[in-house]
Amino acid sequence: MSRNPARRVVFARLRGLIGAAALLPLAALACPDAPPRGTGDLGLVVERAAGSLQLVETTHNSVLGRIEGLGDLSHASMVYSRDARYAYVFGRDGGLTKVDLLCQRIDRRVMQAGNSIGGAISQDGRLVAVANYTPGGVKVFSADTLELVADIPSEYAEGKRAKVVGLEDATGGRFVFSLFEAGEIWMADLADPRKPVVTRFKDIGREPYDALVTPDGRWYIAGLFGEDGLALLDLWHPERGVKRILDGYGRGEDKLPVYKMPHLEGWAIAGRHAYLPAIGRHEVLIVDTDSWTEVGRIPVAGQPVFVMARPDGRQVWVNFALPHNDKVQVIDTEMRSVIVTLNPGKAVLHLEFTPRGEAVWISARDDDRVLVVDTATFAPLARLPADKPSGIFFTARAFRIGL
Amino acid sequence: MVRHDCGSCHGLTLAGGLGPPLSVRALADKPVEYIEAMILRGRPGTAMPGWKGLLSDDEARWIAQELKRGFAR
Repeated sequence: MSRNPARRVVFARLRGLIGAAALLPLAALACPDAPPRGTGDLGLVVERAAGSLQLVETTHNSVLGRIEGLGDLSHASMVYSRDARYAYVFGRDGGLTKVDLLCQRIDRRVMQAGNSIGGAISQDGRLVAVANYTPGGVKVFSADTLELVADIPSEYAEGKRAKVVGLEDATGGRFVFSLFEAGEIWMADLADPRKPVVTRFKDIGREPYDALVTPDGRWYIAGLFGEDGLALLDLWHPERGVKRILDGYGRGEDKLPVYKMPHLEGWAIAGRHAYLPAIGRHEVLIVDTDSWTEVGRIPVAGQPVFVMARPDGRQVWVNFALPHNDKVQVIDTEMRSVIVTLNPGKAVLHLEFTPRGEAVWISARDDDRVLVVDTATFAPLARLPADKPSGIFFTARAFRIGL
Repeated sequence: MVRHDCGSCHGLTLAGGLGPPLSVRALADKPVEYIEAMILRGRPGTAMPGWKGLLSDDEARWIAQELKRGFAR
């Protein structure tokens, strides 16, 4: 030890720094047992009853492992970190879990609300926002540490908080979301994360139930449950307000009982058209995204739940609510008609395309199975056992606005 | 079916979601006949559909009774 006190201090500080620097990378970057690999072909399958996730890969169509302890995943969705290493899983019970795909484990977890439905990650990847039913509102967290950064109650009237649905990321540090009971769309600017600036759009329609953002990040579209129509917000020009589109598409006819709400995602866009589920009807609506008018509708086998374009936009795949939830139909977008009806299994809950779309993964909850299908030939490529599988999410979502 | 298909809106554990919780406590003041009618006819103007196209009266009554007792986990 040096006799010079000043040198001793410097030395001690240096030793401390080196010690800390040596610890940090090891904890954050390395998994001792995992061989090095990319994350681009990875994904997660939600096992909704068990509260676990299966880690899967789409190169050889196999299961790599299972991550347990995520609580109530009976409705779960997720977004990916900008480096495609972590998933942020939003659980029904209000759990927010950061999952490390490389190390196959939970990185950290918070219980942030009583009942929660989905979330989004900011354009710069620094913030994760969660849409809550109870208490109604949006909470925003650091993507790195899951520290709470902002809390936006969805109070639309004295003492009334709405369930938040359709939470999407927009450019410029914004999040956009809808309030079910209030019939409002809110846009929150988190440029200063601790001081969100909220713009309220009122009277946008009855009971918005979900929303999507187009892949270019320009248009926010909320589907309405309480009336026939959709609400459109131009995120490049929010000052122009919300516009109603496809008003009265139900043509005054009674809608069928809706056993399951459809889900809107950015996957709905194929080329210059949006393919949207009709509420209470056995139809997919085709909307021109230049004029925002309906240009056609396609009769399908049941009430659509997910309507998803293959990444190249040449096909749109559809699954259905009860009692037709054992079917999947494929629409050819040039012909604008159904070209094939598949029976992938019982209770088809979700579909997810591989990043370039050569295959699609389909969950069949009541068969405890995920089926991988070739999208050119419709031949099955693999069957993977899973415990009551629901959502399937691939890492390619990390690089897309609105997903 | 009740856990998964009612569960779409009411939660797999029936703790609620888009729809209200269906726990024993939440339903304590609702008569069986009311619950049965809700299941079969739904509540117009809300997201609760009527299930009479898929369930018989007997099935709806059984579900209503089991909900009041609390479905075995």
